[in-house]
Amino acid sequence: MALLNLTESEYIDRYGPTPLYTPEGGWVSGEPDNLVKTHCCFCGVQCGIQLKVKENKVIGFEPWEEFPVNKGKLCPKGVKRYMQNEHPDRIKGPLLRSDAGFREASWDEALDKTVSEIKRVQQTYGKDAVAFLGGASMTNEKAYLNGKFARVALGTKNIDYNGRLCMVSAGAANKLAFGIDRCANPWEDIPKAKVLILAGTNIAECFPILTDYIWRARDNGAKIIVIDPRITPIARTADLYLPVRPGRDSALAHGILHVMIERGWIDAKFINQHTNGFNEVRELVKKYTPNYTEKITGVPAKSIISAAELWGPAETSMLLHARGIEHHTKGVENVLSYINLVLATGRIGKPGSGYGTITGQGNGQGGREHGQRCNQLPGGRDINNTEHRKYIANFWGVKESELPGEGLTACEIINSIEAGEIKALVSISFNPLVSIPDSERTRAALEKLEHFTAIDFFLSETARHADVILAGSLQEEDEGTVTTGEGRCVRLRNSVSPAGNARLDWHIIRDLAIRLGAGEYFNHKNAEDIFLELTAASAGGPIDYSGMSYDRIEREMGIFWPCPATDHPGTLRLFEKGKFAHPDGRAKFHAFPYRPPDEDVDRDFPIFFTSGRVVSQYLSGTQTRRIGSLVEQYPEPLCELHPLLAERLGITKGDIVRVSTRRGHIKVPVQIVQSIRPDTVFIPYHWPGKKAANRITNRALDPISKIPEFKVCACKVEKVN
Amino acid sequence: MVAPVKESKPAFEDLEFFIDPSRCIGCQACVQACGECDTHRGTPMIHLDYVDRPTGVQTAPVVCMHCEDPTCAKVCPADAIKKEEHGVVLSAAHPRCVSCSNCTLACPFGVPKQQIEMQLMIKCDMCYDRTSVGKKPMCATVCPSEALYFGSREEISSKRKESPKNEFQFGAQTVRTKVNMMASAEAENIPIDVADFLPENDISAFAQKRNGAPDVANNAVWEDLERLPI
Repeated sequence: MALLNLTESEYIDRYGPTPLYTPEGGWVSGEPDNLVKTHCCFCGVQCGIQLKVKENKVIGFEPWEEFPVNKGKLCPKGVKRYMQNEHPDRIKGPLLRSDAGFREASWDEALDKTVSEIKRVQQTYGKDAVAFLGGASMTNEKAYLNGKFARVALGTKNIDYNGRLCMVSAGAANKLAFGIDRCANPWEDIPKAKVLILAGTNIAECFPILTDYIWRARDNGAKIIVIDPRITPIARTADLYLPVRPGRDSALAHGILHVMIERGWIDAKFINQHTNGFNEVRELVKKYTPNYTEKITGVPAKSIISAAELWGPAETSMLLHARGIEHHTKGVENVLSYINLVLATGRIGKPGSGYGTITGQGNGQGGREHGQRCNQLPGGRDINNTEHRKYIANFWGVKESELPGEGLTACEIINSIEAGEIKALVSISFNPLVSIPDSERTRAALEKLEHFTAIDFFLSETARHADVILAGSLQEEDEGTVTTGEGRCVRLRNSVSPAGNARLDWHIIRDLAIRLGAGEYFNHKNAEDIFLELTAASAGGPIDYSGMSYDRIEREMGIFWPCPATDHPGTLRLFEKGKFAHPDGRAKFHAFPYRPPDEDVDRDFPIFFTSGRVVSQYLSGTQTRRIGSLVEQYPEPLCELHPLLAERLGITKGDIVRVSTRRGHIKVPVQIVQSIRPDTVFIPYHWPGKKAANRITNRALDPISKIPEFKVCACKVEKVN
Repeated sequence: MVAPVKESKPAFEDLEFFIDPSRCIGCQACVQACGECDTHRGTPMIHLDYVDRPTGVQTAPVVCMHCEDPTCAKVCPADAIKKEEHGVVLSAAHPRCVSCSNCTLACPFGVPKQQIEMQLMIKCDMCYDRTSVGKKPMCATVCPSEALYFGSREEISSKRKESPKNEFQFGAQTVRTKVNMMASAEAENIPIDVADFLPENDISAFAQKRNGAPDVANNAVWEDLERLPI
C-alpha cells in the first residue's frame, strides 16, 4: 500500500521542491570547456540553445542565433533551464521505500525489487495488471523504447503517456480530417499569412517564441483573430477578439462557417476536388446563425460576422489552436469544427496558408508518434490493424499473437488502479498527482497500488508514493532526437554525464528488460542505435523517419517527416496541391453539432472554471518549481476574476477565495482583472496539494481522444474570512 | 563542440537598440537573461512590469535609455557615472559611488536601482561586454517578441510600421537618448476590458456599460510621456 509515510514538509525538506537561486558552490564564471549546441528541455518549440559546460557541469547558456527556428530567442524557462543541473533536489541514485521515507539502495537491489514485484503482480493478476506511463518530454528514442518495453518485456497492453493530457484531441482530429497527425505547415508560413485565427492558444505564455512569428505577420499587415475567454498577452493587440464562453468552441466555429457559406466565401472547386463531407456540414451550420451562435457562445453576433468577414475572403491564412479548444469532452469535435473553417476556404498546403496545432510538451509531437500510446505501434501504426501488427511483430522478432492489443489511456489507467484492476505501475517522468483532474482521486488510486516504480530525476509529488525510485537522467545528460511542434526532428546533444549514481533513462529500461528476460530485444549500444531501429521500424508507416540520420539532422538543423529515403529532403509542408493522407487523397469535413460540456454551470455552481499555464512554469512544475527566479516570477496560483464578478461576490483586492466544485475546493488569493470573462474564473495548474487547480477540475473524458475536460467545469467562488 | 571563435566586430557599427512595448508579452526572458551576466550574476539590471494589471496585460520592458546628456550623471555628487565613447552610460564606478540615490530619483525613465547590499547604483550598460565585441545585448537576443531589438535603422524600418523616436519631453526637460522607442502615432491609452466584447445583454446580471473599445497596440505609456505639457 503506497501510503505516504512522511509529512509534506518532511518530503519537501529532503527532496524539495527547493527553489534554487544560486547553484550549489556558487556561480561559475569564465570560459566554458564546451559550448554544446542542443535544445531547450521545455515546450514544443524546442528552441536551439548552447549550454556552457565546465568540468562536467552546465554553468550557464549562450544564445544559439544560427538555429533557424528561434535565432537565439528564449523564454524565461529556457534561460534558466540549466539551473536543474547540480540541483540539491536531484535524485542521484536508486531509492527504496522505508519506514523513514526512502533509503538509498544499490542499482541491483532496486532493479531486482521492481522486477520481482512486476513478476509477482503479473503471475497473480495477469500481464495487464501492470501499467506503464511514459511522457512526452522525452526523446523519440525513449518514447520508442517505452512502447517496445511495455509490449515486449512487460507484455502489458496498458501503456500510455502524459501526452494524453495534451495533444491527443488535436492528433485524433488531424487523423480524421487529414489522414495524418502533424502540423500542416512550418512556422515560417505564419508571417506570410494575411489572416490568423488563434483559437484557445495562449501563445505568449505557453509557446512564447512563436510570438515573433505572429508579430511579423502583423507587421506584414495580417489581421489577427483571437478566440479565448481571457485576453492573453497575444490577444491584447488582436484586430478581433472573440471572448468565447468556456465549452462553446465548436458552436463558434459553426457560426463563423454559417456566415462564410451565406456570403459565398468558400472555395467550391477545392471542396469538390479535394474533400468529402461538406454537404453534411453545410446542413449542420444552417441553424448556427449569428444570433443563435451568440446565445450559445457569449460572443456578439457582430463579432461572429466580423470574423467571417476577415477569414472568409482572405488571400492567405493560418489557423492555429491549442489546449483551449482541445481540453474538452468534445475536444476532437472542436478541432474538427475549426478544421472545417480551413477546408472550406481551400487555404491549406500553400506558403502562408494552412493549419497547425501548438504542442504543449517538448516532444509533444515525437512523443506521440513512435508507439508510446496504448493504441499505436512505431511509425504511427495502428495496434488494431493486423497488417501493422504483423509488420512490427516481425520487425521486433516476436509473435504477432503475443503482441498485446489496445490498452487503456492515461486517465483510464488511473481509474483502473482506483478500481483495483491495475495493481502495479511503472512510470517515467509523469506527475499525474498534479497533472490529472480530480487529484484526490489520483491520490486514492496511488495509495491502492501494490507496487509502484517511478523513474525520474526529481522526486515529484507522485513519486513520493513509489516503492522504488530509479534515478533517471535530465535531458542534457542524454542525447537523442525530439520532433518539434512543426514536425521538425532535431538533435539533442549530450552535455554532461548523469549526476552521481543516476543512470540514463534508456539504460534503466534496458536493465529492467534484461531482468525480465527480454534483454535480447534491448541490446542497443547507444541512443543512435535506438534511433536507427526507430527509423527502420517507421519505414513505410504513416510516420516515416527512415531517411533520417543523426548526421543529417544535425547538418540540416532538423528534418521534417515524412522523410522516407536518405536522399529525400523531408516534407516541410503537408497537403501541397490538395493531396491529403486518406486513401482517396481527400480531406474530410466533419459535422458534429455543438453539445454542452460534461458539467455546465447551474444554480449551485454558477461560475465557469478554467485552467491553464503561466509563462514561468512548465506543466506539473516538477522542474520549474525548483528554479528560484522562475518561482519568484509567479510564486503561487492566483484566481483571476473580473471586477464585475468580484463586486457581486463582495471580493476585493488582497482577498483569499475558496473555489469549489463537486470534487473539492482550493483556497487561493484573487487577482481581479478585466482580462477575463465576468462569468469565468481561471487558476493555473502547476502546483500540488492544497494549491492544485486539478483538485477541482473534471476528469470526464473525450470519447475519442480520452483527453480530460481541463478547460471547463462549474464552480462557486466564496470569500474566505 | 566548441563554437568557432567569431571575429570580433567593432562596437555597435551602425546598430542601435529599439524598444517596442506593443510587442511585449511580459514573459521576463529579458530580465532573467540579464541576470545571467558574469559581471552581475543573479542581479538583473533591467525591469519589466505590468502597466496596470487590473485593466489589462500590457507590460513595459525598461532598459537604460542611455541619454545623450544623462540626468543621472548630472545629479551625481561624486561624478561616478560616466558615458563611454560609444554613448553607453555605465553603472556607477564602485570607488566613487556614495550610494546617495540621487540618480535613482532623478532618472526620468526610472531605470537605475540602488543595490543596498552593494552600496552601489548598478544599471543596464547595454551589455557593454557583449556589444563592445560585436555581439547583441543579451536581452535583445533572447526577447521572444522582438519588443527589444538590436539592429540597424534600415532593418527595423524595412520590417516595422512603427517608427523610432528618441526624443522625450519631461516637463521643461527635453531628453535625447541613444535607445529608440518604437511608436505609432494613432495609438491611445484605452484600458482593455472583456466586458467591452460581450453582447450587451450577456452580462445583464452585472448591469454595467462602459464606453470605449479595446485597443490594440497600446504603447501609450510612452506616448503619454511625450504628450506631457512643457
